Amino acid sequence: MHAEISAASRNEKSRRNFLKGCLGAAGTAVASGTLSTLSAPAAARETYQRPPEALGLLYDATLCIGCKACVAACKQANDNPPEFSTADKLWDTPLDTSGNTFNIIKMYRHGTMTTKDAEINGYAFMKTSCMHCADPSCVSACPVTAMTKDPVTGVVAYDADACVGCRYCVVACPFGIPKYQYDSPTGEIGKCELCRHRVADGHYSACAEVCPTGATLHGRTRDLLSEAKRRLALPAGSITRYPRGSIDGGPDQSYEGYVGNYQQHVYGEHEYGGTQVLKLSAVPFAKVGMPNLPPKSSAATSETIQHTLYGGLLMPFAVLGAMTYVAKRNVHHEDEDGHDSSAQAAASKPGKE
Amino acid sequence: MSTQEHARPAPVGGSLVNATTLVCGVLIAVMATIILVRLIFGLGTTTNLNDGYSWGAWVVVDVFIGSALACGGFSVALLVYIFNKGQYHPLVRPALLGSLFGYTLAGAAITFDLGRWWNFWHIFWPGYFNVNSVMFEVAACITLYIIVMWIEFSPVFLEKLGLHDARRKLSKLLFFFIALGIVLPMMHQASLGTMLVVMGGQVNPLWQTPMQPLIYLLSAIILGYGVVLFESCVAASAYRRQVEVSMLNPMARVMLGIMAFYLLVRFADLIARGVLRLAFQPDFIALTFWIENACFIAPFLLIRSVEARRNPARLFLAGIAVMLGGILLRLNGFLIAFDTGPGWTYFPSVPELLVTIGIFAAEVLGYIVITRRFPVLPREESYVQPAHS
Repeated sequence: MHAEISAASRNEKSRRNFLKGCLGAAGTAVASGTLSTLSAPAAARETYQRPPEALGLLYDATLCIGCKACVAACKQANDNPPEFSTADKLWDTPLDTSGNTFNIIKMYRHGTMTTKDAEINGYAFMKTSCMHCADPSCVSACPVTAMTKDPVTGVVAYDADACVGCRYCVVACPFGIPKYQYDSPTGEIGKCELCRHRVADGHYSACAEVCPTGATLHGRTRDLLSEAKRRLALPAGSITRYPRGSIDGGPDQSYEGYVGNYQQHVYGEHEYGGTQVLKLSAVPFAKVGMPNLPPKSSAATSETIQHTLYGGLLMPFAVLGAMTYVAKRNVHHEDEDGHDSSAQAAASKPGKE
Repeated sequence: MSTQEHARPAPVGGSLVNATTLVCGVLIAVMATIILVRLIFGLGTTTNLNDGYSWGAWVVVDVFIGSALACGGFSVALLVYIFNKGQYHPLVRPALLGSLFGYTLAGAAITFDLGRWWNFWHIFWPGYFNVNSVMFEVAACITLYIIVMWIEFSPVFLEKLGLHDARRKLSKLLFFFIALGIVLPMMHQASLGTMLVVMGGQVNPLWQTPMQPLIYLLSAIILGYGVVLFESCVAASAYRRQVEVSMLNPMARVMLGIMAFYLLVRFADLIARGVLRLAFQPDFIALTFWIENACFIAPFLLIRSVEARRNPARLFLAGIAVMLGGILLRLNGFLIAFDTGPGWTYFPSVPELLVTIGIFAAEVLGYIVITRRFPVLPREESYVQPAHS
């Protein structure tokens, strides 16, 4: 008994040092994991870029006449029920996207609203629908792979059969796009999937198909990006040819029109690594509800932290190993039914209260 | 003093039917009814959730705050088993019991918040789960931790049932579960902070930082000690026992040390990112930021000296301040300073609040039943006169 106690106190100092080392290691593991995301981390997850054949839309607000044919076509293509915001409940009049409305045209209004596409005393339109990010926050957030990004087309798709309904995608999206059906006991997430279900029938995005002015144009994002840059390079007020429907629809689908007074910014070219839906506007994007986003995606930051801390489960197992070793040495003194062991623990720490 | 032995845990005894348990029972019944309505008619009928604030009280309060307040077991185990401070051992079982209920009910709470709860098993199923998702890490880790805690706590039941053989066999393996019970909360409490990162600019820069995992982990450890201060004082008062000041005093000092480090990290991060100026704007966000941090600073005034830490009232108040600080850190990040765009507002509905209250009532009821019938709290006599066995 006495021998045990003195052995314990002899070992105490070196053991204490070891423990401090272990815990210090665990603490610095977490600290360095988070710190490293600020500098040059080993497990850095770069912001993804668009796949080369990525499909998307180009929305040119200066061409939009606010007819909302795209809103109706989207409803029909996705078999969504109407949503009412007027007393008579005659027409589908959604005020925002929702679990049952995946596309909507919103209006910017200022002062007298006399001039279209003028920031002061003017009005303008803006389409709200999924941007199909190159590096989507919803896909990174989803715990069960219900949100996926197609490796070829880059379309961000949703699978209700996989979804647990945690709504992390709703919270994560910087554009507020995935929406949940709160009024149903089996509610699903609703969002634009670029009409991927209509491709087999030779169709493309319904909103672009029906757009009478080509304000919403479907195509490969890289083609749409060159088209957007072509328009930005033209002098405002000059005349140019605008394609309608799909960008490769040919000349008989196109028409001649005036060039708008564009903001020199293709929204979606660099935001969060780029989006597959691109936007042009005459009114500053922040005023028409498009958030100011950095070129680095938040999914990249989040996954860098996760991979640094948990990559290959190396760090958790290392810490677990250290903790197991320490716990094994410390656990005995109280679980062996008592008396001598706790006395030993107290005796080995004289002077402490 | 140095030869004082630990009191063996023993059931408190007494009746299980009293005003407190009856009130808890009623609150639990109300909660069960609301959950039933939610399951039949959907989240919209019972909650004020919307697409701007898709996470409300059931996620942020019941799970994020509930699990952080349930870190007592983790924080005390860290002291006793890792830093080898055996003198705190009598605190282990009561703290673990609080954690056990806190986490088990947080796990239950998330289930009925899930919109498609019947798919819940996907989170653990290869082919479905997404290792890049912070939510996956948190969900998997919390589930494992709940199982580990029931194993850690099972000696209490085995002792009560007189299964000494099983108890001895389990004792030989317990060190591994204790280690797991330290690593798992470290992982998911840190990840609860990482949850904010993917939300990007929607979260106010005062709470949006890649340092969030460290901030949340440290705050969870601090909260663990804060809750133990609170629980010990409440349990002592409710069961008319003496407050375990001899243990709480030095433990509170440990808490202050970690809290000083926490505040250093918190403010160094704000200064390094150049966003501290946001805390000096005349708006509500700045106000709630300072209330949150005042709660972490207040204990330094309340219980700075050894003398002050001998005062149970001061320990109790310090515990409450720390809990409030941790609650606000989470409320601010996920709800108050979360701006998803114009037009969205959220405040929990009455049914939402009743469910949250029902969950806390279930924790209180469980705590009372277990401490009265099972050996959890230290035997009372030892504080009147040291036991000699």
